Amino acid sequence: MNAPSAISERLTATGTANALEMRGVSKFFGALAAMQDISITVRPGERRAVLGSNGAGKTTLFNCVTGDFPPTGGTIRFFGEDITNFPPYERIRRGLRRTYQISLLFPELSVIDNIYLACAGVSRRRFSFLRPRRDDALVASAENLVHLVRLDEVKDTKVAVLAYGQQRQLEIAMALSGAPRFILFDEPAAGLSPTERGELVEILTGLPSHMGYIIIEHDMDVALRVAESVTMMHNGRIFKEGKPAEIENDEEVQALYLGGAEHG
Amino acid sequence: MASVEYQESEKFGLNWWERVPAVWWILAVLLLAMPAFANSFVLFQIFGWAFILGMIALSLMFLAGYGGMVSLLQMTVAGLAGYMVAILGDSAITTISLGWPWYVSIPAAIFIASVFATLCGWLAVRTEGIYTIMITLAIASAFFYFARQNYVIFNGFSGFNGVSPPQLFGVDWKQPTAFYYLTLFWATLSFLLIQYLSRAPFGLALQGIRDNPRRMAALGFNVTGHRIAAYAFASVIAAIGGILLTWQSGQISPGTAGVGPVIDILIIAVIGGMRRPIGPFIGAFIYVLLKTFAVDVLISLGLGGERFQLLIGLSFLAIVFWSPDGILGLWDRWRENRGRDPLTGERRDAP
Repeated sequence: MNAPSAISERLTATGTANALEMRGVSKFFGALAAMQDISITVRPGERRAVLGSNGAGKTTLFNCVTGDFPPTGGTIRFFGEDITNFPPYERIRRGLRRTYQISLLFPELSVIDNIYLACAGVSRRRFSFLRPRRDDALVASAENLVHLVRLDEVKDTKVAVLAYGQQRQLEIAMALSGAPRFILFDEPAAGLSPTERGELVEILTGLPSHMGYIIIEHDMDVALRVAESVTMMHNGRIFKEGKPAEIENDEEVQALYLGGAEHG
Repeated sequence: MASVEYQESEKFGLNWWERVPAVWWILAVLLLAMPAFANSFVLFQIFGWAFILGMIALSLMFLAGYGGMVSLLQMTVAGLAGYMVAILGDSAITTISLGWPWYVSIPAAIFIASVFATLCGWLAVRTEGIYTIMITLAIASAFFYFARQNYVIFNGFSGFNGVSPPQLFGVDWKQPTAFYYLTLFWATLSFLLIQYLSRAPFGLALQGIRDNPRRMAALGFNVTGHRIAAYAFASVIAAIGGILLTWQSGQISPGTAGVGPVIDILIIAVIGGMRRPIGPFIGAFIYVLLKTFAVDVLISLGLGGERFQLLIGLSFLAIVFWSPDGILGLWDRWRENRGRDPLTGERRDAP
């Protein structure tokens, strides 16, 4: 590829292209198809919920997008740029973020250190041999995130002793580090109390409007409040796509969600 | 609010002298005043050697304790640096030694050793756990056999003798007191550097990679690159240790970096403890004491002095048996228990 077209590609990458565009993406574990022929298009700033029963391939979808493991086939474009074969850190540095369903935190480090690491990872300071100073910009942004997810009280506490809900909030704070353009939330509400769910919905709906995301959520109530479009997955394939209201009233979806699909 | 301010200053390095516990200041004064009441043998053979081995073990502690990479390469890197000062600088083997001035030969030796370590690290970081140990051990033994069989550069079995430190500032650095301060300086410097680095982004990220490499990649860190950089950095400390070691014994031979010494460095780090940078120095001190006095202890008990290796081995076994995380682990548990109520097991507020 010659230089001019590469530049024009980069220009579309930041401009008009879709935030996430997956074309025919599949993931096989041996003979098992965890995800088959998935094509999803998400516009910049769009907020999408992915619904589906256990084993529908939702988390596999996330893992392929972030590069935790590579897809077996298909292409993934992030703001126009083909990231299918990028290592995870290159995707993250381009503004992609994710949270994990089972918290993947650093239990021996404090809350602020966990968030600080997340901020350092997407900055040029990640190799720095110098300790941050008090007026350090990274520290300041880490403190802002602590405040955003309401963890000020436990800022210097070791993550290992945090309550479950607080760990989930920390996951979200880490995904918001740097300048995220698109975030993948993997069941952020799982195991939260009703109050904490309310706070979560507030945090998600309060995000800047250019920040799109995909949220995997079992709780229809949460999912439909924070998303403007819905993708239903079933057995590793896309089953339905549409507006929340359409999906909610769809008979096939209702049958699936009420447990009828297993038998029928 | 005041407490928050205090915690911030604790974290971000303001008024650092206030945060250093009194014990450290006492230790510093003791070490500085040591030549006033210790004889030459203790200064040169016990402390000098312990500081040097401590530095080489410290480079392993940095990789293993913070990075989760158990590298058996550190003694080899030290040995290579030692060889390089002998080859590039002065030694009794004038047919091989190039006789470059110290300000060229020493930096060049450190540079060559770290390039070597970086290349080996580049290979080793793609492996995990036992495989890292195996690949680094393989490189270490390959270096040993290569150095023993190569006569053109490494002078084969006999290596180099007559290697001594430069006469800088009119001081003979081979003199016990001068050498004691020389090793104390470099040991302290590397200790403080690692201590400082453990809280800087590079060190924090390394610990993050140890605990959860997948998550670190998902935070934008190049895990492989970071690990290789850690090898490169650790090798500088090992290389300085290797040069000091060569000056201390005045010679370097394949046996210096043989499989025995390579494993000894691991033993030193393990018995001292790999959680904090002071561990390797505690381990090195115990190791040196045992190596030096085990014979005398055995003879005083009326046993054969030639069994001293047995006594050393048993002591290490005892330490690892009672405390798998070394002397540091024993210390941590003792402090932990002291801070708890003996009946309820509840934490006391003021320890």
